[in-house]
Amino acid sequence: MNLTLFIPELTLTVFAILVILLDLFVRQKRVLAQVSISGLVIAGVITIAMWGNSFPAIFNNMLAVDNFALFFKLIFLAVAFLVILASVDYTSRFARFQGEYYALVLLSTLGMMLMAGAADLITLYISLELTSISLYALVGFLKDGKSTEASLKYLLLGAISSAVLLYGMALIFGFTGKTQLGEIAMVIQTMPAQTLLASPALILGMVLLIAGFGFKIAAVPFQMWVPDVYEGAPTPITAYLSVASKAAGFAIILRVFFSAFGQPEWLSLNWGMIFAVLAAIGMTLGNIMAIPQTNIKRLLGYSSIAQAGYLLIGLAAMGFSAGADTAGRSGILFFLASYVFTNMGVFIAIIAISTKLNSDQIEDYAGMGKRTPLVALALTLGLISLIGMPPAAGFMAKFYIFSAAVQHNLLWLVIIAVINSVISAYYYLRVVKVMWLGKPASEEKISQSGTLKLALVLASLGILLLGILPGYVMRLAEFAANMRLY
Amino acid sequence: MIPYQFIWLIFLLPFFSFLIIAFFIRPFVKQESRIAGYTLIAALSISLALSVWTLASVMTAPNHELPVPVINWVVIEGGVTLHLGLLVDALTAVMLVVVTFVSLMIQIYSQGYMRGDPGYHRYYAWMSLFTMSMLGLIVAGNLVFMFVFWELVGLCSYLLIGFWFHKPSAANAAKKAFIVTRVGDFGFLVGILILYMNTGTFDIAELHELAITGVLAGSVLTWGAIGIFAGAVGKSAQFPLHTWLPDAMEGPTPVSALIHSATMVSAGVFLVARMFPLFENSPAALTTVAVIGGVTAIFAASMGLVANDIKRVLAYSTISQLGYMMLGLGTGGVAIGIFHLFNHAFFKALLFLGAGSVNHATGTFDMRLMGGLRRMMPWTYATFVIASLSIAGIWPLSGFWSKDEIVISALAQPVLFVLAMITVFMTAFYMFRAVFMTFGGEYRGGGPEAHDSHPHESPNVMVVPMVALAVLAVFSGLWNVTGHFGALLGHGETHGFFAGLFHPFTQVLPWLSLILAGLGILLAYAIYDKKWVSAERLGRLFRPLYSLFLHKYWLDELYENVIVKTVLLRGLFGSFERFDSRGVDGVVNGVASSAIYGGRALRRMQTGQLQLYGLFMGIGILAIIFAIFFFG
Repeated sequence: MNLTLFIPELTLTVFAILVILLDLFVRQKRVLAQVSISGLVIAGVITIAMWGNSFPAIFNNMLAVDNFALFFKLIFLAVAFLVILASVDYTSRFARFQGEYYALVLLSTLGMMLMAGAADLITLYISLELTSISLYALVGFLKDGKSTEASLKYLLLGAISSAVLLYGMALIFGFTGKTQLGEIAMVIQTMPAQTLLASPALILGMVLLIAGFGFKIAAVPFQMWVPDVYEGAPTPITAYLSVASKAAGFAIILRVFFSAFGQPEWLSLNWGMIFAVLAAIGMTLGNIMAIPQTNIKRLLGYSSIAQAGYLLIGLAAMGFSAGADTAGRSGILFFLASYVFTNMGVFIAIIAISTKLNSDQIEDYAGMGKRTPLVALALTLGLISLIGMPPAAGFMAKFYIFSAAVQHNLLWLVIIAVINSVISAYYYLRVVKVMWLGKPASEEKISQSGTLKLALVLASLGILLLGILPGYVMRLAEFAANMRLY
Repeated sequence: MIPYQFIWLIFLLPFFSFLIIAFFIRPFVKQESRIAGYTLIAALSISLALSVWTLASVMTAPNHELPVPVINWVVIEGGVTLHLGLLVDALTAVMLVVVTFVSLMIQIYSQGYMRGDPGYHRYYAWMSLFTMSMLGLIVAGNLVFMFVFWELVGLCSYLLIGFWFHKPSAANAAKKAFIVTRVGDFGFLVGILILYMNTGTFDIAELHELAITGVLAGSVLTWGAIGIFAGAVGKSAQFPLHTWLPDAMEGPTPVSALIHSATMVSAGVFLVARMFPLFENSPAALTTVAVIGGVTAIFAASMGLVANDIKRVLAYSTISQLGYMMLGLGTGGVAIGIFHLFNHAFFKALLFLGAGSVNHATGTFDMRLMGGLRRMMPWTYATFVIASLSIAGIWPLSGFWSKDEIVISALAQPVLFVLAMITVFMTAFYMFRAVFMTFGGEYRGGGPEAHDSHPHESPNVMVVPMVALAVLAVFSGLWNVTGHFGALLGHGETHGFFAGLFHPFTQVLPWLSLILAGLGILLAYAIYDKKWVSAERLGRLFRPLYSLFLHKYWLDELYENVIVKTVLLRGLFGSFERFDSRGVDGVVNGVASSAIYGGRALRRMQTGQLQLYGLFMGIGILAIIFAIFFFG
């Protein structure tokens, strides 16, 4: 066993415990944020140092340490970094448990990192629960009516989805007798086609896995929790959920479906079609429901359902390519990287504005262009990126994923997606219009703390960088998309 | 031969100007300083010089094309490859000269027009970006790169039309322009993807090659071309996506001048010309272009007959003239369509600058409040009349030459030809209606914000660009009298200057269109100058037509009330909303206080909201399983 490959995860564990312990002694709660951030940075640096190598899986092939996993780990670490930066001021409104807040963020990040590497159904389930349980607690952190309600709903629905997922895993295990993804693939591929076609257990298990994972990535029809939870949760946690949790969900879907169910071809085409239909429904429903929203967090909840729909196009392309090329996979990876910066930028700007206004209503954003121009500009950039307009990252991301789909004869899906981007411009621009053209409620300027500004600038730079010079990250995504099969 | 680095500079210079204005001048320099304007003017002057050099080089280059090395933007082995390539041929070079020249004139004029406006710096920042985007679109050598600039042009126009955002009408017009053109952009993107799916390339020159050699053919080519044309319909305000352009008048007048002449609307025509080999090899797509163009030309002209706002008259005339260009492209080819674009850019920019000048003096755009400005504003009057004669197609002004070519080529499609001839008459009528209402008769007092009861000519900084444009409105058409313009863009023979100059008088068609235009002018003279016939009586006589034109064929109402409000918002979105029970709550109780929320939260739990969510998940799973076993 090679524990050195596990150092990033161990680092994060140590720092999570350290934060809880320090919380007992330290008065200045800012220190906790600093400690958490240094933990993330150290884990990040080690992860980067591991990049590019071809490591064997560890713990009896239960945990992969390939570049695919490393790419996602870096995404999670970057998101957690930005979330903590954005939380420093926000947490001051919690009377107690600030230490636990940071520790839980670190622990759920740890869970996600394990999810990215999970190469066995057992590790997969455990890491998913580690992530989810931390998140259930984090969603309820505000302890007011809405937040508690959101947390309870998330917990109950999450439990249902876990049950569904476990049932699916049980079916797969019953069918193949294996839990390791590579071994499952081997069993499936050696089975005669008639046996496969005659037994619905495999397909049924696959559908239940899709349902369980679909909950994490907010794919329709497993998205019902999203608007309520997004609205109720503390805003930094909403941001965290919308980006990291979704990315983690995609990481496991990619790995499971590519490694375990990538062959034979008809199977791959089958789930590709499921994802294609889910994508079409998801983006259409998300975009249409977003239109009447008056609360910006709910609006972004629906927007995130729609964005999950765009991402599912990549999964559909992956299914249709039947492992022939990496365009679908790397498209998802690039989309997620750009989505990290975009959505984090948007949410950090919302934290900056909403905390001062104490309101999440879109109409209260009127005149922000005058009152806090930098934040309004960053929010505008983020929204433009969500629409998918150049020169923001969102354009390149959509372009990449759409062209992958077009290459595999999914033009109908891309046409639906493009219509959806037109619809989405309507509600995203409404926020922009209110901010720049609306009459401000007061002339008073809104000032922002340094950490928030730093987080905002980092996210905006990311959006522009990925939009204007996408080549570098695309190459990384392309490289990482070559998953190792175990 | 111009070094290729300089061609890059043509569109990078306005971008630098944008950066300088946005990051150095706007934060640090006083409002009164006019340095922002000079920055852009300097950048554009150099761009113009470089554009002329490019044109000169293209004229002497083999095949009229300059090789420019490509820069790799995104290269992924086995995956997507995108080059930052430039495509510099005669079409590019002509467009570069037109855009840089017209934009330069408008920026000089704006130094007078925008003086003292609180958004002065912002204005020049957006103008820089706008010009940069248009120039980028022109030189782009691949469709994705082009689409990026295409969208940027749309974004800048949004910012500029909504420039005076404190006016709600301006903000709404900006949004309308943005959304309506995006409907067309959707088609453009789908067109690009169809082509990419079947050829695996975004490169324009390669696509040309594939279309010409017949590799790209059949329904793929037709749908790809029609998709691209949809983008052009949106940007060039062709029927049925023309509704945004008349409202786009809400921006500052120089912005309208730029949008209507060299940038934005001409982008659509340029796009069709740029992709012309694809259209040429798909008869269905080419016919679509011609029909949409011909219909738009007469349709917009009819609405121009009754508008009372001088800028709206000009807006309808733009739509109508763009229709002519599409008709020219669809029936005659690149040279004919683009030649009209070339001439139109000058006289249309001039007309708008004239309208701005009149507004500067009278404080209104309503022609019913003007009148008698002939003596008070002689320069504006003279240049406006020249431009009007030119757009009406009077020999030997520039408009005559290009319109003549379009009408002749339209002969191939008799119905479209008749429409085009009627449009000739209408154009002359509404333009001179505007001339007589604005400049003829007695002064009727101007708008409520008129500076004084006796309007004055605008300052020199505004008059000089108008005169420069007027010179071109007279002479730009002479370029093709010898056939050289056509030859440069690919077809037509060249002949002697004087032979060409008087050639139209030996033909029937030019006579016919000249007579029709003359009749139009005469009728406008009789009604609006001499008042031999009362305009009201005519309006009553043709009541149904009059109100049809005045209400713009009720298309705005159709789009907004019927399609958007009733079908989409109430019908489709409404039913989705009811489906999402929380959504209804959210709307009904839009701003419920949190106390109520707490109570409602409990209640909602008990009424089974959560169970409902669980139920939906279950139904979803069953639906997928069902679908797989029945369709899979």
